[in-house]
Amino acid sequence: MTASDLFQAQGLTKTYPGVRANDDVSFSVRPGEIHALLGENGAGKSTLVKMIYGLVRPDAGRMTLDGRPHAPADPRAARGAGVGMVFQHFSLFDALSVAENIALGMDAPPPRAELSRRIADVSAAYGLPLNPSRRVASLSAGERQRVEIVRCLLGRPRLLIMDEPTSVLTPQEAEILFATLRQLAAQGVAILYISHKLEEIRTHCDRATILRHGRVVGTVTPRDHSARELAAMMVGAEMRVVDRSGRQAGEVVLEVAGLTSAAGLDGTPLREVGFAVRAGEILGIGGVAGNGQEELIAALSGETTGRPGTVRLGGADVSALGPEARRRAGLLAAPEDRLGHAAVPEMSLTENAILTAATRQQLVRGGLIDHAAARRFAERVIAEFDVRTPGPGTAAGALSGGNLQKYVIGREILQEPRALVVNQPTWGVDASAAAAIRQALLDLAARGAAVVVISQDLDELLELSDRFAALNEGRLSAPVPTEGLTVEQIGLMLGGAHGMEVAHVAA
Amino acid sequence: MILDWTTFLLLLSAATPILLAALGETIVERAGVLNLGVEGMMITGALAGFAAAHATGSPAAGFLGGAVAGAALSLIFAALTQYLLTNQVATGLALTLFGLGLTAMFGKPYEGVKAPAMPGGPLGINWVVWLGLALVPVIWLVLNRTRAGLVLRAVGENHDAAHALGYKVRGVRVAAIAIGGALAGLGGAYVSIATVLQWTEGMTAGAGWIALAIVVFAGWSPWGVLAGAWLFGGVTVLQLRLQAAGVAVPVQLLSMAPYLATILVLVVISARQKYARSASGAAPGSLGRTFHATR
Repeated sequence: MTASDLFQAQGLTKTYPGVRANDDVSFSVRPGEIHALLGENGAGKSTLVKMIYGLVRPDAGRMTLDGRPHAPADPRAARGAGVGMVFQHFSLFDALSVAENIALGMDAPPPRAELSRRIADVSAAYGLPLNPSRRVASLSAGERQRVEIVRCLLGRPRLLIMDEPTSVLTPQEAEILFATLRQLAAQGVAILYISHKLEEIRTHCDRATILRHGRVVGTVTPRDHSARELAAMMVGAEMRVVDRSGRQAGEVVLEVAGLTSAAGLDGTPLREVGFAVRAGEILGIGGVAGNGQEELIAALSGETTGRPGTVRLGGADVSALGPEARRRAGLLAAPEDRLGHAAVPEMSLTENAILTAATRQQLVRGGLIDHAAARRFAERVIAEFDVRTPGPGTAAGALSGGNLQKYVIGREILQEPRALVVNQPTWGVDASAAAAIRQALLDLAARGAAVVVISQDLDELLELSDRFAALNEGRLSAPVPTEGLTVEQIGLMLGGAHGMEVAHVAA
Repeated sequence: MILDWTTFLLLLSAATPILLAALGETIVERAGVLNLGVEGMMITGALAGFAAAHATGSPAAGFLGGAVAGAALSLIFAALTQYLLTNQVATGLALTLFGLGLTAMFGKPYEGVKAPAMPGGPLGINWVVWLGLALVPVIWLVLNRTRAGLVLRAVGENHDAAHALGYKVRGVRVAAIAIGGALAGLGGAYVSIATVLQWTEGMTAGAGWIALAIVVFAGWSPWGVLAGAWLFGGVTVLQLRLQAAGVAVPVQLLSMAPYLATILVLVVISARQKYARSASGAAPGSLGRTFHATR
């Protein structure tokens, strides 16, 4: 603790029923630095920043900002004191215009014309172009974030909190964001930066405070440590290295051609999607959310059926079959939304196992459920995937997100599918559990299954997949080998230069 | 002589209860709350307003009484849905049943009693009708051009975000519910004091439900609500004229016409809006969802 610190926290403690979210947390942020907060899910990062922003009040401990005590009663008071926050989710209003959204984040917004002028000024100063009269609903993820940042900047914050800002951005958009943050830091603004992306933190952050189970493990200079070391500090144990060996590509198992679908509500229709996956191979499909991922997994799982010949499994046309018939044929899927789509929260783990594994595991005999067999299967999933739960009778909704994710993926993998499609397999899962899930997917491929991994986590796709394709506005690029592919190249693929279409028009 | 000045006055009068109730519900739903108890609040306002007017001999006191009673009933809904986090649909339906039952019981002594005479207003249009008309641009202005209206819409659009920015979601909603209740009560009082001039059980006859439908089909816009209410009022007057002229159509069909026509026209309009993919006219994002501040 030095006199030059802009913000200090001392002994912050916050307890929720059954959880100590923050336990004696002390750290400090200097003016002009980008300071990372690192930790697994549930390590207490969100609670900590919410206390700084006045959304949550600490049970014990104190904070100072600029040497003065900082104990905001609500976000308004925090903003008044010079704290700004860019949220990861839910802080924009889709139906309102950009200017209205920004006005809501200010305590005394000027009249419309004046506000528009100031938005234009800040936009120009930081290279964040925005049209104040556009409706937020029509903006891309990157533009939405721009709105949030401009909203914060108009309040002239001294301390800017950013909660996982790059999780929705393409690599190029993330670079632009960091350029803006550097510029702010150069002006003396302190930035508190939450992220799971260790490489990003190593490249861009000056210091990092690491949290584990609500306690501060240490404050380090991230450049001086490898991503593996940082991860080990977060988890408190050595990370498992994913083993990619022992796989050989065989016959084509899953073949998709000319897959076109109607858009669901607010969805993106698929346009002529085609790819082939061989036995023992993992195809990674990347893309920013909302570019057709949900539609693609629905079309592959059988939730929506397609025109004849669009989806083939081992040469047989399964396009017209529903999910149950496709499961029988050996094509399984694990959708992204684990509560509500992949599992029924109110039902027990055993019952949830029956829902997708009944046919392949013969859990139903003579029309009646074989509960003993179902229970055994559920127990096997729990044991092999290290699902932390009292037992198979527990309601799925009572499990933490990461544990339920392990269960949902394990349930499909243990059915030994010929082809498996997963969407966001490690979404919201902490680092060690994510490594376990990735290894299980690799092992499944090594046993001869064709695996399709749809994900927004590019590092995950680079780690897992043999070939990579980008899904952009419902179109899938031609798959390219992952080996030698850089994040920049992937970013360009995701940015979606639809060169083919332009060529068509020209010809 | 179906379209003359008198007919227009009748139209205005027939449209007023629904206009008032629907404007109130527009405010409530823009704040993200679905209160299906409009009918119950209207009938309560009708009885309380009639009783107050009868006791004081002043229609103005009656309208005030109706508004206060409607607001009071709506605060029960507010307490249940905003503090005890009950389901809004079920609570709203219960509120309607409660209002109908309550007024049936307490209304007995007022059956057959005549209301005090209504004073006229400018152009022979009484003050409550003027108030309803004036509220249309006022509510539009407040919703779209003031800070208070912006916060109200923000709360209705995304209550989590509004909370994260430090706005009092529950306070805004309780205030909106009370205003909605007051306007519904005022509309109900207009039925008993100014239109029918007496109290009968269940006299609002589904006007609250029509008001609810109008809010949705009007795309949550005060101007759309005005159009819907006039449409309903117009067909009501038309069918009364047709009945009086002895047209050979069953009376039941004619009585049905205002409800049927209003809903049909509004369905057609809102369906067109949907195809035109207009950004306005969409339901508030948090409509009907229970808000509970977490962590």
